[in-house]
Amino acid sequence: MTDTKRRSDTKMVEHPSRASGPERDLNKRPVLECSHLGIDYGGLKAVDDFNLTIGPTEIAGLIGPNGAGKTTVFNLLTKVYQPTHGVVMVDGKDTAGMNTIQASRLGLARTFQNIRLFNQMTVEDNIRIGLHNQIPYSTASGILRLPAFWKGEKKQHEKAMELLSLFNMQDMADVKSGSLPYGAQRRLEILRALATSPKLLLLDEPAAGMNPKETEELMDTIIKIRDDFQIAIMLIEHDMNLVMGICEGICVLNFGRVIAKGTADEIQNNPEVIEAYLGTQKEDE
Amino acid sequence: MKKSSNTLRKITKTYFPCLLVTAMFIICQIMITTNAMPRTTKSMLVPVCVYIVMAVSLNLTVGISGELSLGHAGFMSIGAFSGVVIATYTREVFGFSEPAQLLSALVIGGIMAGIMGVIIGIPVLRLRGDYLAIVTLAFGEIIRNILNCIYISLDGNKLHFAFNNNDIPGTQILRGPTGVTSVEKIASFLAGFLLVLFTLLVVINLIHSRSGRAIMAVRDNRIAAESVGINVTGFKLLAFVTSAFLAGMGGALFGLNYASLTPANFSFNASILILVYVVLGGIGNITGSVIAAAVLYILPEELRGFADYRMLAYAIVLIAVMLITNNARIKAFVNSIFKKNKAKGGEQA
Repeated sequence: MTDTKRRSDTKMVEHPSRASGPERDLNKRPVLECSHLGIDYGGLKAVDDFNLTIGPTEIAGLIGPNGAGKTTVFNLLTKVYQPTHGVVMVDGKDTAGMNTIQASRLGLARTFQNIRLFNQMTVEDNIRIGLHNQIPYSTASGILRLPAFWKGEKKQHEKAMELLSLFNMQDMADVKSGSLPYGAQRRLEILRALATSPKLLLLDEPAAGMNPKETEELMDTIIKIRDDFQIAIMLIEHDMNLVMGICEGICVLNFGRVIAKGTADEIQNNPEVIEAYLGTQKEDE
Repeated sequence: MKKSSNTLRKITKTYFPCLLVTAMFIICQIMITTNAMPRTTKSMLVPVCVYIVMAVSLNLTVGISGELSLGHAGFMSIGAFSGVVIATYTREVFGFSEPAQLLSALVIGGIMAGIMGVIIGIPVLRLRGDYLAIVTLAFGEIIRNILNCIYISLDGNKLHFAFNNNDIPGTQILRGPTGVTSVEKIASFLAGFLLVLFTLLVVINLIHSRSGRAIMAVRDNRIAAESVGINVTGFKLLAFVTSAFLAGMGGALFGLNYASLTPANFSFNASILILVYVVLGGIGNITGSVIAAAVLYILPEELRGFADYRMLAYAIVLIAVMLITNNARIKAFVNSIFKKNKAKGGEQA
């Protein structure tokens, strides 16, 4: 995904914000570099020889049919699974042997395909948990209510409200996250991931269950997040309007292998991709 | 103006159990000074305080951290016996006054139980759900059986420890299965009240802080908590050890309230009794634990008048509470009463 030339496809809705997106600076250190990444379960190669480079402030898409191994790639990047092959470099640092927590500290944050919020806690507390390592104070100062506690709580509150204002969710701060509507839960999960101040945000099907209007808003938001926070975003998505509309580079996965990489144009015209999605046409019929 | 009244309401809501306990303490004190309280009830005040501490601390593990622990009486027994030994030691060797003896017993009892909490917690907290419950049950029994074999005596200003061997010099304090006898009863209602207040403050402050939120995050969704960089094992251990520490302090007060105490007092049944308080008070509900522990401890004692039907009545009350708290219709009725207040408080369900 080195080519970031603009797409000029008239069939898809051209997203207005795209034109103003920053050009990718190839001299900058990439935020994520995977080389020959793979994982075997016994004989089954769930992901095999996965190579990908994402620059800072790039929006990358990972698509593929069901069961292609997209979420497994996310799990490998965030160290939920330890890869059996290959190297993952985050911001120039090798993540070999790290666990999920260390990967999070390096700047990887993610959302989940099936929403994973802290359902019994309020919206604000959910974000405060995202701020856990960003605005820390000790357990002792928490129990003894030392000045560090008040200072930390104030900072956390301000930061949480700032993040909530991104989606205009300030007035939901005291609502239990489990009782939020579906779309708001998705947005809250993104905010929680953003609270960890990541360098690369991994979104697993952010538009799942959203209507076309909500998806449209989500596209604006993703670009806004990239521009405001200056972070790279990688997303798994089945909604082709969203993927083709905002992703500067797209990677197609099938049966654990990358079958195509490139811009939206290149992907749409790639015969292998069409085959993976639609199946082969029989010649003699 | 509106903001400050909101903050006040929030603080009152957060520290409601403390206010409740203080109010109850004042009422009890007034009843004692005016001789309105029967002797039998008066003798129950310290155990009630102890069981409130036990229930609140177990609620930290079961409700806040979401791990079912069945060995809470084990930590209580460690606190009780080390507390008695420390109280005797500080009296005989340093000549401490009663409050100083009590304080050192509580602190050391808590620390000993806390250390045991770390030792048990590290292997046990790798397990989840039923398995964790079974293993904590086993550890509770192991602690009781080890205490059955420990002999401690005071010889001059030296403490002697022996395992399964009662042939040690000096006056024996802890005598294996016989436990401790002729303990000086230095526990007072005031000390019990202060301990309850301390426990409530520790638990409430912990819940409403960064670490408490991390503990609850691990309970609600372990995978998501890990993904935002929360040390899952660390915070589970924090909750477990804090709970054990507070249980140890409660145990120390318990030990110093009776003339004699044996390890058999802290059997599996004692753990279940505390768990009943927590479950009936509402899992994760601190105020509920306080009320349930107080009412359910006093109830069987007050029911002695029923003689043969005592435990029957107790069981019926337990079942009734279970049914009522889980009945949708009754819940809706209670909610409709409080609805008005809730709407005012700006809360949304």
